[in-house]
Amino acid sequence: MTDIPTQQGVVRVIGSDVTVQGVIKSFGDFKALKGVSLQINKGEFFSLLGPSGCGKTTLLRILAGFENPDSGVVMLDSSDILPLPPNKRPINTVFQNYALFPHLSVYENIAFPLRLRKTSAKELDARVWEMLDLVHLKEHVNKKPQQLSGGQRQRVAIARALINRPNVLLLDEPLSALDAKLRQQLLVDLDELHDAVGITFIYVTHDQAEALGVSDRVAVMNKGEVLQVGAPHEIYEAPATTFVAEFIGETNTLEGTITKVEGDVIYIDTQGLGIVEVTAEGNWQVGERVVHSIRPEKIRISKERPSHEQKDDNVFHGKVHERIYFGHQSKFYVNIDSGLKFKVFKQHVNYMDMGPLIKWDDEVYVAWDADDGYIVERVRA
Amino acid sequence: MVFWITAIFLMLPLLVLLLYSFNAGRSFTWTGFSLVWYEKLFTESGQLWQAVWNSVIVAVVSSLVSTVIGSLGAIGINWYRFSYKPYTTSLSFLPLVLPEIVLGVSILVFFNMIGLPLGMVSVIIAHTTFTLPFVLLMVMARLSEFDFSIIEASRDLGATEFQTLVRVIIPISMPGILSGFLTAFTLSLEDFVVTLFVSGPGSSTLPLYIFSAIRFGVTPTINAFSVLLILVTVALAVSAQRLLKYLIKA
Ligand SMILES: Nc1ncnc2c1ncn2[C@@H]1O[C@H](COP(=O)(O)OP(=O)(O)O)[C@@H](O)[C@H]1O
Ligand SMILES: [Mg+2]
Repeated sequence: MTDIPTQQGVVRVIGSDVTVQGVIKSFGDFKALKGVSLQINKGEFFSLLGPSGCGKTTLLRILAGFENPDSGVVMLDSSDILPLPPNKRPINTVFQNYALFPHLSVYENIAFPLRLRKTSAKELDARVWEMLDLVHLKEHVNKKPQQLSGGQRQRVAIARALINRPNVLLLDEPLSALDAKLRQQLLVDLDELHDAVGITFIYVTHDQAEALGVSDRVAVMNKGEVLQVGAPHEIYEAPATTFVAEFIGETNTLEGTITKVEGDVIYIDTQGLGIVEVTAEGNWQVGERVVHSIRPEKIRISKERPSHEQKDDNVFHGKVHERIYFGHQSKFYVNIDSGLKFKVFKQHVNYMDMGPLIKWDDEVYVAWDADDGYIVERVRA
Repeated sequence: MVFWITAIFLMLPLLVLLLYSFNAGRSFTWTGFSLVWYEKLFTESGQLWQAVWNSVIVAVVSSLVSTVIGSLGAIGINWYRFSYKPYTTSLSFLPLVLPEIVLGVSILVFFNMIGLPLGMVSVIIAHTTFTLPFVLLMVMARLSEFDFSIIEASRDLGATEFQTLVRVIIPISMPGILSGFLTAFTLSLEDFVVTLFVSGPGSSTLPLYIFSAIRFGVTPTINAFSVLLILVTVALAVSAQRLLKYLIKA
């Protein structure tokens, strides 16, 4: 562990690499983790994203030392940590329900880790105040956890987990108990905190907006497996599987057979929509079955058929089935003539929308560029 | 109205007791005010005070022992996994539901079998046995308010199992431990049936002594003593309640 004092007086601790290799964990007959491998870099803000029950907490508990994997390797930098009990690992956890000590004040909760070791009274006090300052809780030192709001409790939990200067901080859905507005604010705070302390953060969430917003990289998990690891934009724009495409944000997926390949332009005969044009790199063969995804915000919607000056490779006609107005955008559910339902998001960029308003039951055209579509995966027969 | 009826029914026997403790004569006819029985209580009642002393020793020791065992047991049952846990738990509550007389007999038979002589030690062991489930119950009730994650948090933050016990588990269970202790103490102090079976020569507790004294005719010394006992009990109950309130707030 290397300590580098910064101008603000906050001690920067450089985090550790975390290596997880082939971790398997079963509870009875149920396989919670089916061979998970991850390489997390020093100082990274890394998110584990996946639906509830996919094994995120189990993986975190293995890292913290509360569960032992059936097999697999867990290393911090290059040392095996599996033999170490939780109290011997330079890893601290912010628990989902914060798990603050109800009998201790805010001050004593944060001081708890230092009280376990021989720490001089002066150093202890200085470090507790440093943490209180970091998480903006100075006015609440003497309160008991029960007297704090959800957001304040979360900050106590973070301060308590950081005071030991761990190499890795694990956060298990730390925002899930808070309301939406507060969540946004705390997410920003968390990001700033990460910049300030500089250690490795492993952040668990089932909320894709949270994960995409703050993470350096994200691992998408489902049913005990890691499906894709990548930067937020890679996960969003180039999802590796249909599950990832549909779990991260919203999308329209179409399955079909490739009928023609012209350089990097590929024509797919889809069920219900006919021929769809998409640009894709890689080696694609006529006759292959693939899944194609087009994000709703990349689709244009208009009452008139788009003119050919505009580059619209895919144009389809349909009827507005439903329109939901959100202020900054509208979501349209369009029934394509062939019977397919399509999601289209229209961002309201200008003050009051120009042009004819699109309403329920209006006849419309939906259109998108071949460049904006994406082939998610090959369908194995 | 109901209040007054209740109050009279509850208080009347006590008032009679109070009155007769100041009676100069021995019988139930009022022969004049006197403090003679109070005097005798402190001058000629060695056996009674011996019984009081025995009761206090038994109550203190047995309630302390059952508090320690019961609290640790509750912590174990609540938060640790071990084999035959459900059986252990239900077995621990058996003394709570068994009729006292059955309990008394079975403990006596057991002591005979292992050859333990009846005396203070046997009384203390017996009292520990039947007060234990109360402590267990009260500490478990307290612990059920908390999530296991605070134990994990403690370990995560660097505490050993022992540090977790001392710094987290025991402090949070303290209100339960204290009320368990007070209950055990009171139950031990006033127990009659079980003690009757397992006490030996020289180990008579107060309830046993009073009962046998009364059988040889009412001694007004006992009345005087009872009045004193009521005063002490009320004083103790009030201060214990204050203490509990204070501790729970803290
Ligand atoms: N101690 C346990 N015993 C049995 N099943 C468990 C245990 N812990 C977790 N599971 C199961 O493992 C799966 C993954 O759980 P978890 O890791 O908590 O998911 P997540 O945090 O992604 O919601 C769930 O189906 C859960 O029921
Ligand atoms: Mg979870």
